[in-house]
Amino acid sequence: MTWYLLRRLGAVVTVLLVLSAIVYALFYLTPGDPAVLACGRGCNAERLALTREKLGLAEPVYAQYWHFLEGLVAGRDYAAGPDVDHCAAPCLGYSFQSDQPVLQLITSRFPVSLSLAFGAEVVALLLGVSAGLLSALRQGRPEERLLTGVTLVGYATPVFLVGLLLLMVFCAYLQWLPFPAYVPLTENPGEWARNLILPWAALGLIQAAVFARITRAGALETLVEDHIRTFRAYGLRERQVIRRHALRGALTPLITITAVEVAQMMTASVLTETMFGLPGVGRLTVESVGSVDLPVVVGVTLLAGTAVVLSNAVADVLSAVADPRVKLI
Amino acid sequence: MTPVLSVRDLRIRFGSQEAVKGVSFELAEGEALGVVGESGSGKSSLALALLGLHTDAEVTGEIRAAGTDVLAASPEELRRLRGGGVAMVFQDPLSSLDPFLRVGDQIAEVYRAHTGASRKEAAAKAVQVLDRVGIPDAARRARAHPHEFSGGMRQRALIAMALALEPRVLVADEPTTALDVTVQARLLDLLDDLRADTGMALLLVSHDFGVVARTADRVLVMRDGEAVEQGPVAQVLRDPRADYTRELLAAVPRVDAPSGRTREITGEPLLTVTGLRRDFVSGPPLRRRAVAAVDDVAFQVRRGETLGIVGESGSGKSTLARLIVRLLEPTAGTVEVAGDGRRRDVQMVFQDPGASLNPRRTVGDAIAEPLRVHGEPEPEKTARELMARVGLDPGRYGAYPHEFSGGQRQRVGIARALALRPRLLVCDEPVTALDVSTQAQVLGLLAELQEEFDLTLVFISHDLAVVRQVSDRVAVMRDGRIVELADAGELYGSPAHPYTKELLAAVPRL
Amino acid sequence: MTALVDAAAVPGAAPRERRVWRRLRGDRAALAGLAIVAVMIVVALAAPLLTRLEGQDPTTFHSGLLDSARGGVPTGALGGISGEHWLGVEPGTGRDVFARVVHGARVSLGVAFGATVLEMLFGVVIGLGAGLGGGRADAVLSRLIELSLAFPPFLLALALMAIVPQSVPRPLLLAAVISLVSWGNVARVTRAQALSLRTREYVDAARLSGAGPARIAVREILPGLTTPLLVLAALKAPINMVQEAGLSFLGAGVRPPTPSWGQMLSSATTWFRTDPMYVLVPGGLLFLTLLAFTLFADGVRKAADPRWSARA
Repeated sequence: MTWYLLRRLGAVVTVLLVLSAIVYALFYLTPGDPAVLACGRGCNAERLALTREKLGLAEPVYAQYWHFLEGLVAGRDYAAGPDVDHCAAPCLGYSFQSDQPVLQLITSRFPVSLSLAFGAEVVALLLGVSAGLLSALRQGRPEERLLTGVTLVGYATPVFLVGLLLLMVFCAYLQWLPFPAYVPLTENPGEWARNLILPWAALGLIQAAVFARITRAGALETLVEDHIRTFRAYGLRERQVIRRHALRGALTPLITITAVEVAQMMTASVLTETMFGLPGVGRLTVESVGSVDLPVVVGVTLLAGTAVVLSNAVADVLSAVADPRVKLI
Repeated sequence: MTPVLSVRDLRIRFGSQEAVKGVSFELAEGEALGVVGESGSGKSSLALALLGLHTDAEVTGEIRAAGTDVLAASPEELRRLRGGGVAMVFQDPLSSLDPFLRVGDQIAEVYRAHTGASRKEAAAKAVQVLDRVGIPDAARRARAHPHEFSGGMRQRALIAMALALEPRVLVADEPTTALDVTVQARLLDLLDDLRADTGMALLLVSHDFGVVARTADRVLVMRDGEAVEQGPVAQVLRDPRADYTRELLAAVPRVDAPSGRTREITGEPLLTVTGLRRDFVSGPPLRRRAVAAVDDVAFQVRRGETLGIVGESGSGKSTLARLIVRLLEPTAGTVEVAGDGRRRDVQMVFQDPGASLNPRRTVGDAIAEPLRVHGEPEPEKTARELMARVGLDPGRYGAYPHEFSGGQRQRVGIARALALRPRLLVCDEPVTALDVSTQAQVLGLLAELQEEFDLTLVFISHDLAVVRQVSDRVAVMRDGRIVELADAGELYGSPAHPYTKELLAAVPRL
Repeated sequence: MTALVDAAAVPGAAPRERRVWRRLRGDRAALAGLAIVAVMIVVALAAPLLTRLEGQDPTTFHSGLLDSARGGVPTGALGGISGEHWLGVEPGTGRDVFARVVHGARVSLGVAFGATVLEMLFGVVIGLGAGLGGGRADAVLSRLIELSLAFPPFLLALALMAIVPQSVPRPLLLAAVISLVSWGNVARVTRAQALSLRTREYVDAARLSGAGPARIAVREILPGLTTPLLVLAALKAPINMVQEAGLSFLGAGVRPPTPSWGQMLSSATTWFRTDPMYVLVPGGLLFLTLLAFTLFADGVRKAADPRWSARA
């Protein structure tokens, strides 16, 4: 187990190193002057020269990448004469457009994204898992047809379309809810939730459809396994057979799938945040792409990659805990 | 004495197909009834019906089990009957326990569902019954998960689960089919022992006449859903009434019959194996070890001879087969075939005729393929001739493997192996997946072809009786090594090695 | 040791591919999906013809049809539907909505199909290389696949779309970028399938018959891959369509004035209160096409995997 964790950690670090190198190369070696891009719109000759010096673009590429890695571990200063922008460790880069370290930009937006993801995931798990289980257990009945139909519709609809429809119905037509404007949880929990209901619903419903399909498939597979027959043949009540013996088999694959879905979830979050104008990390990304603020784009991509790789590693460990047959070697 | 189980005119129908067509029998307290039949005879459907476990079948007739009218029972009555009155042991010990839960907890759970005992009592009961079925260190092993048990131990655990409920009838559906012969013998002994101890009746369903003959008092022979014969074991064996029973008994290979082969083999050695070793690397990183699947094996096979190789699972016999045909490279040692050593001189017949044929290619294509690879003239014509020779209609050249039965597919596999006119044919469990009567036909075909094509055979099987029937000499493998190699008559008549003796003693005899 | 199974012969049954087709023909939902997708493809191909029939084009402004007092909402009911403008006009600009959605279909479907073809191509080549190459090739390619799966695909696509010069034709770039960030899954499935097929006994039999690696790959392994790969492609096409719509929605898709459904929905976000038709037309079409695609893909998967068809 210890050995497994060490090895897995090593693999994660390796993947991230390569990932960072590729992202770095992709964005800094593309046609176009990185200094112009980093300097952003409204740039003049003087600022451009300053930016060029701060970025150390005179140095060879590998040295620049090395400084980037150094910055990750120890922090770094972007200096041009007396003008110094400090970026504390772990330094993901510095946005000259907004004159802030990238990490600081991201962390300031993070609570919004976390609020959105948390609520949506609750909706998705509750709705998705119960719909999936119900449709598997009620095979051949009208409920099943209805549930699979609804699930299919949810599965086939892009999140921004759901968001638009929700807005049309609940903000414009019924006028039950305000057009979402983010209110921090610490400021006013009631308003926080009220403003997030629609985004939660949009993102949660889409994700629920995915979970429902997976849960249903898992449950159907488990229900025909031999050990289920054993416990029926030994006179356990059907409820107990399902609760004790079918559920676990049906739900264990969800751990892995949830991790795989992290990437999809990020996509959907970017779209949801943009759709509802929530100032989260996804919105930041879209804005940075729009204004070609490359350090931010690189930083977000790297962090997102880290999240994907880490969540996969965590899911593998959790699967091994949940399933005694899985050995971590 | 009133029977604990009585079945009258039982019919089981799946849609338009009738799996069981009017079977009647009775089982008295403490009695053991064996139900024998080949695949598709309806014997497993019959077993499931006794507990009302069919969900998608139409079951008619009468089943009275431990005082319950199964077909008229309420769900609650059925629930009490299942396990409490009639308990069941299934074929595949790998999948019939919940992989997520500890073995002891599973037994305790079932026990509580029937008795309402406390958790503590149930846990103690689980350990007690595990101990009773011969699980060593039962208190500790009760906390293990099923995958930490061997196949035989899992089957014992399932019997323990039944035992905890003190049922009046135990239904065992092919309980030992997936097990090695020595494990099978110990398990059958356990069933005898429990029956004598508790007075429960046993209904043993099996394809293996030997297993039934060894264990049961009476036997019921099934074919195509009908009971063709029923009677005391000794009488049915000695004086079978039904033609089908007679055929079936004749087809069963025996370890104690006079040897089928008394040929004098005088040819020069064709295959020489010396110091053969094959390692497989396994285990976690840093602690990787090489495990020898085949270890220091040496023998010779003369031209025209059949060498049988027997062994239990994990003995390395299949690895040896793959080494001989050079699908695997040896770690050490040599495999030499006399002559110019062309690869085409050595061919193989595989165990699973379903898996060894590409489902997307026609059988004719499969047979003609080796001829095409070697640029032989008229591959299609030769393939058709080979089909006719192995007893297949050459007109079905364009048919796909799934359109054939298992026995027919194995004939295709044999025809393909013969296409290149090999000198040595390695058969790895060629009849294991087949019913006894089909087995006999395929073995007969192989013997004919050996004469006709001047073949030397290496015949590998777990089945001692089959190996005896076809082999001139026999090698016994264990843990990658050959522990004994002798003429078939000698090895079966007076085995020298203790392991050979143990194996032979374990084989149920007719 | 296997259990005693002498599977009954099924006379006259067809090989797997034909059985898949036969099952699919019995699946009405899948057929309906296929029909709708086919209609959409015809519409996309015939877009110039259809707009000429209507007498409009997707780029001409009709500011006369807008109510400037209400901020540029089309005059008339239902977003300005009339005999001239079959689905009304765009709020703010007055461009013809019918012309824009049928031209938008070209981008949406074209990018989805293009991306799927490219993605399958990358994925299958790399997956096969890993699965059949074995040894070092497998080790290197597997790492590459793992790496590609670690990229958050959409973010990367978004970023890539931003840095590539505007001179590159956008639909082509969209297809390339979408396939570039999502081939990893195809490669992984292909590799796993190839690895599993490679250990089948019939491949051993082919080796014994003297066939070389190339012949074995072409004759024994590739035929077994076609069905799972077709199923995968069917599942991927709607996913790629969502990716395109998403990128266009965020403004990283085709450049105006070229229309695409995602881009139309993006501009609709500012009009949903006053002109709901402008949301419903492109949204409805996108939803219908995706639903049809998904129904078809589900049908193909069920038909190809008997375990599914037996239960679902």
